[in-house]
Amino acid sequence: VATAESAARPVTTRRLPPPSQLILWFFGAVLVIGVATWLIKQAVESPSRFVEVTLIGITNGSIYAVVALGYTLVYGIIELINFAHGDNFMIGSFETVSIVTDGSFQLPLYPTTFVLAIPLGTTAVAASSASQRAYTIAMALFFSMLLCMIINVSIERIGYKPLRNQPRLAPLITAIGFSFLLQNIGLIWKGASPQPVPDLFPKGDIISTHGVTYEWGSFIVIAITVPLLMVLTWLVRSTKAGKAMRATAQDQDASAMMGINVDRTISFTFALGGALAGAAGAIYALSIGNTKFDVGFRLGLFAFTAAVLGGIGNLTGAVLGGVVLGLIQAYNEGFFDARWTTTIVFGTLILILVFRPSGLLGEQTPEGQ
Amino acid sequence: MTTPAARVRAPNWLAGDRVRRWGLPTAVIALIVSYPLWAINDPFRAFFVDRLGMDMDTVFQMAVYVMLALGLNIVVGYAGLLDLGYVAFFALGAYTLGWFGSALFSGQNIHFLDVGNTAIPGFHLSFWVVVPLAGLICAIAGIIIGWPTLRLRGDYLAIVTLGFGEIIPDVFRNGDSIFGHNLTNGVRGVTQLDRPGFGQTVNDATGGFLPDRYSSLPNELKPWFYTILFMCLVTIFVNLRLRDSKMGRAWIAVREDEIAASAMGVPLMRTKLWAYAIGGVFGGLAGSIYGSFINGIFPTSFSFQISVIVLVMVIVGGMGNVWGVIVGASLISWLNFAGLGKIGSLLNDTIPGTAHDVDVTKYKFGIFGIMLILMMLFRPEGIIPSARRKAEFQEGEGQAVLYDAQN
Repeated sequence: VATAESAARPVTTRRLPPPSQLILWFFGAVLVIGVATWLIKQAVESPSRFVEVTLIGITNGSIYAVVALGYTLVYGIIELINFAHGDNFMIGSFETVSIVTDGSFQLPLYPTTFVLAIPLGTTAVAASSASQRAYTIAMALFFSMLLCMIINVSIERIGYKPLRNQPRLAPLITAIGFSFLLQNIGLIWKGASPQPVPDLFPKGDIISTHGVTYEWGSFIVIAITVPLLMVLTWLVRSTKAGKAMRATAQDQDASAMMGINVDRTISFTFALGGALAGAAGAIYALSIGNTKFDVGFRLGLFAFTAAVLGGIGNLTGAVLGGVVLGLIQAYNEGFFDARWTTTIVFGTLILILVFRPSGLLGEQTPEGQ
Repeated sequence: MTTPAARVRAPNWLAGDRVRRWGLPTAVIALIVSYPLWAINDPFRAFFVDRLGMDMDTVFQMAVYVMLALGLNIVVGYAGLLDLGYVAFFALGAYTLGWFGSALFSGQNIHFLDVGNTAIPGFHLSFWVVVPLAGLICAIAGIIIGWPTLRLRGDYLAIVTLGFGEIIPDVFRNGDSIFGHNLTNGVRGVTQLDRPGFGQTVNDATGGFLPDRYSSLPNELKPWFYTILFMCLVTIFVNLRLRDSKMGRAWIAVREDEIAASAMGVPLMRTKLWAYAIGGVFGGLAGSIYGSFINGIFPTSFSFQISVIVLVMVIVGGMGNVWGVIVGASLISWLNFAGLGKIGSLLNDTIPGTAHDVDVTKYKFGIFGIMLILMMLFRPEGIIPSARRKAEFQEGEGQAVLYDAQN
């Protein structure tokens, strides 16, 4: 199929696009200019509020970015929308709940709630000592990443690997199946009510000037995500495994002939994606203060939107898309109406796919032109 | 190694035997049509209603889902467009009834061939006008949604349709103040919807055979059943005729190989748009009668889960095969509405003691998830696959990667 597609790709010529395309572009331009004008108007009317909303957007956006990276890694290598990724993120946030409130690492085994619980003494509340809180946060991050990594690799082995030669629809449907299954596991594990997580981040503002405040909590979210992203970039850019990943993403058959173990490389990619989902789950639970068994669906879709926005398969694009999506959500909730967030986010997704399917920075897969 | 053409040919037992070809479907249809006459009365009641939970209410909802699944079958099964937002059409159909068959716009008082009380304010078109109107509105919506998005391929289309499936219920949820107008009553939903009926004149003329106005009393659900059954039969007929039409062959060509179909002169966009719009029509029809039956439309009841469940029905039954889809839809909707609970209580009764009792319905989505995974791993073509689709799935098996020494 890949060869047929590349053969069918038109030769680039300098020619005016058809009228329907021009009309679409005209509407796109009007829309972009309209939104930009509206934002500038808000910024001029209340600059301090605008800066604050922007900071909130960047904080939330960095969580989206981490989840979006998981989608984009997997899509980049096997061209599959891993629907289970968002729910894996939810499982990660639940593991954080266990670490923080029960003080133990729990393994959710279906259909019983859990059989394995390793006590770690990580129970912490907002009033605990700073070292205890730091220990708890570190353990929550580590074990959420570990659990989600195991889950993601198992899902790939059980559900996606046997279907690699099937039509593309088949693994997509198993992904939906795993999404349902994980959501159900979450429901059985912690119940249907929202799970509160005590606020472990240090209190107080870092900056408070001209009516703009920047809290420690938001800063720590950034302080965890940025190193994560740096480690990921290093892994993909500078290690042998990362090189194998990039090669497999380009051409599985050719990289197999070059001696790359394709199966192991794909597993490694899923492990990375799972670890990112776990980290995002931990950060989300700790910074938002509560989590629920169905948060994964909505947040997963938002993060996927972010990945598409930045250009799917493109790691830098996923981060940029995440931040842009966080900003879109923050501006909507800050200046317009929070009820319309779903519509605006998915509207953005549809507009991006209609006007620029390759995303802001351009995708790195042969699909979707 | 059989040739693809040989695999596509119908199996032998269908070809010659007239009794088998016509006898079995006739018997099944007769049993289904007479269902309210025998199954819910003694002595069958103990099995069908008490054991299986298939009372008229459940059977009606199953039939609605059969219709939805058949509609989605056109989009996914025939044209191969993965639609993850089919619930949007279901919701739009239901809200069409909300707009044209309830007291939602209480500032107006317009009645047209309506069998209800003419003193009730609001738009009230006859139910038999609202149903085709819902179909029409969904077809238009399908074209509007499809026009910019159907040029996308595979996964991208899935995600865009999913986006629309989320946007449309969200718009209905926030629709109580669009520029100051209340268009959908928001989260409170639309209640007190018009019920179908034929009016007093027709009722008298047919000697009470066609009811004046449908009743929602549990013992008087037969007219509802026959209405949805009629709509299902129409859907099946349209499905079968479309499959064998020029359009149907174009859909299958597009599904199997877009580039080849395009090269053979199949207009891709128009073909896909038709599939999407026609699929949407049946979603709308099902939505309008479902809203009337439930007598309440709430934005929260049109969730992504419904889109996925309907998709599961099509896949489990066998994409592209009308009979397979019907079997899949009946099975899954029965499990969803009554079956899982009944199986759970059966298990709990069989195993002595109450200590091991489990609430099976709690595991519903887990069970559906596992079912999807197992189905894809072991029988991706569905329970009753269409011969053509099966051949497509088997095609991949021969194309093992080059470097694999096993072949």
